[in-house]
Amino acid sequence: MKSITCECGHVNPEGTHLCEKCGRPLTDEDKKQKIVDMKYEGRAIRSKTYNKSIIDKIWNFFSSVKVGVSIIVITLIAAAIGTFLPQVIYVNVTEGEDIKQAYVDNYGTFGKIYYNLGLTDIYSSWWFQTLIGMLAISIIVASLDRGIPLYKSLKNQRVRRHESFMKRQRIFGEREMTSAEADKTLDLTEKKMKELKYNVRREDGVLLAEKGRFARSGPYVNHLGLIIFLFGVMLRLMPGFYVDEDLWIREGETASIPGMEGYYLHSNKFTFETYKKDEQKEEFNQSKAAVNSVAKNYQTDVVLYKAKDNAVAGDTTDLKQVLHHAIKVNEPLKYDGFALYQMDFRLNELKAMNFNLVNKKTGKSLGEVNINLADPKKVYNLDKQTKVELKGYYPTFSGFEDGEPQSESPVPNNPAFIFKMYTPETPKGETSFVAIKQTLEPLGETKYKMQFANIETRNVSGLTIRKDKTLPILALGGIIFMIGVVMGSYWSHRRLWLQKTVDGRLMMAAHTNKNWFSMKKDLDTVTEFAHLPNWVDQQDDDDLKKKQEKEKEGDNTL
Amino acid sequence: MEKKQKRLYTRIVILAVLVAAIAYTVYNTAHKDDVQLLKIGDNAPDFSLVDLNGETHKLSDYKGQGVLLNFWGTWCKPCKKEMPAINNQYKQFKNQGVQILGINIAQSNLEVSSYADKLGVEFPIAIDKTKSVMRAYNVDPLPTTVLIDKDGKIVKIITGEMTETDIEKYLKSIKP
Repeated sequence: MKSITCECGHVNPEGTHLCEKCGRPLTDEDKKQKIVDMKYEGRAIRSKTYNKSIIDKIWNFFSSVKVGVSIIVITLIAAAIGTFLPQVIYVNVTEGEDIKQAYVDNYGTFGKIYYNLGLTDIYSSWWFQTLIGMLAISIIVASLDRGIPLYKSLKNQRVRRHESFMKRQRIFGEREMTSAEADKTLDLTEKKMKELKYNVRREDGVLLAEKGRFARSGPYVNHLGLIIFLFGVMLRLMPGFYVDEDLWIREGETASIPGMEGYYLHSNKFTFETYKKDEQKEEFNQSKAAVNSVAKNYQTDVVLYKAKDNAVAGDTTDLKQVLHHAIKVNEPLKYDGFALYQMDFRLNELKAMNFNLVNKKTGKSLGEVNINLADPKKVYNLDKQTKVELKGYYPTFSGFEDGEPQSESPVPNNPAFIFKMYTPETPKGETSFVAIKQTLEPLGETKYKMQFANIETRNVSGLTIRKDKTLPILALGGIIFMIGVVMGSYWSHRRLWLQKTVDGRLMMAAHTNKNWFSMKKDLDTVTEFAHLPNWVDQQDDDDLKKKQEKEKEGDNTL
Repeated sequence: MEKKQKRLYTRIVILAVLVAAIAYTVYNTAHKDDVQLLKIGDNAPDFSLVDLNGETHKLSDYKGQGVLLNFWGTWCKPCKKEMPAINNQYKQFKNQGVQILGINIAQSNLEVSSYADKLGVEFPIAIDKTKSVMRAYNVDPLPTTVLIDKDGKIVKIITGEMTETDIEKYLKSIKP
């Protein structure tokens, strides 16, 4: 390994800009500069020091800020493309319909291309996940490579720095002074800087006052938070950490809860309420006449049941009632780490149909038949000689095939029935096929008919079942991330060096990683109090305009 | 030099852990949909359902026999097509230690029984009213057929219609 030996005798690793011990600029380039680059305290970035094996090469690739930024940019572009059309999970696909077809129908050729390129499920694609993973590697590697040398350098920093280091600081000043005067100045400076809450270290004729060093670790804390966050997201894939399922449940229905084994849910009622006119604020009423009324409440009243211990699937004997709850928007049912949210609804699904058995000629009714569509009976007895037999029930009647009525779904969207009607007048029975707006008498004309009377409806609730054990981890990651941001943004690392030279001068130099204005205020205070040399901002002289720009942006040098 | 060695190993370990994490994530995302799905070789989840005749069928009671589970619905056309074929094969195999159970997805008794009568189905049919068996087996498209061997392990999962030859072959494969 190549190394650079400083004039002071310290051996620095290759790539070092400022001597680890005394601070002398080491490279020709650094020597030429009027102000040294204080990034990472001039330490060698680790990846620059070894570059031999494949592992080192991979490491160095990820350590590069350029690579890191490129990964971020690519990820952002990909994420943005994913928003051009709704992702696959947000597309309503009716049962049996092809997803691709749904995209073609809704978005035409673009939808087809989009689907074929796999952009409809972009965030689950292997390459997107790999990108995020590479981002994680980049964050970790780059942080280790820069954070560790910076930490070591700040921890081991010397009080005495070489003159060439001092002179190349942005803030520098010197004045001729007798040794006694200089000592007095050092004393006074120490006193004042301590008042200003600086840590002051002194050696023979040198002083270092330092404040807010922890601000330098802000970016690293911030990165740690990000990594914890990503880890939490990854955990969602582990079985048992994350559940996100949907459940459609009708009023009066008891269903097993997907993702929540051994639990059953019964829906008593779904309520959809809107504001009445006088309940609303004036400004709502103005537009209300023209637009729909404003929703007030979506609510599903449910009972949660638990199967007995060791119960197997399908065994619903001995269900134990756990609790009653009214699930409303933002008021989920929470139990055993699961939460059931009100997400969707369908109003007025057919629940029951009522028919009258009517004599066609006289129009006289022999009685009413109530058919519960969820559980129709085989025979409806009206009296001893009068009954209606339900020979067939087709919830979504879709036409005939080979003379037989067909149903294309189990949901009563378009119910049809085959009735056999027995009356004292027709003891052998008459057959009639009844669908909405359609009556057929396949076995000959009948004397009686099933006359539609009315319907009963019920509502369907769309619930979402969620369990997320990763939330505390995500929250922790988020909090650490924010702490890092605050550390790095609201505090700055300020240092003041004083040095008494053998030839009777007192040199001062100062540095801060951001917010030079406040640093200068501190310096003004101490200069006045301790009669320090008049300092200049060397960058001011250089380029006033550039400085103003930097001030505005807050100069986020690590 | 020792320091350098140590650093190399540290780097290898860190990179290996991260690459493993990415591989895990990518793999699991790709298989997200079948993570909960049953795999061949898994123990078939036990269940108990009551058939149209009021008899209770508990899967674990059939240990030592092969079991064919057929998930179906009356509205599903391929289900209807394969039903008579399953029934034919049921007659052949019922005395050879193979059980067949049709599991209807939460329809009404009337629909299911009139359907079964019309098709002349002889094997027991149970209605999964709460869809809990369907969810335990993660059944999505209908028909889905699950073959379970005498040890209660899943041998094969068939989604879609089967021909009678297929059914015969499958039943032979789970015959104890």
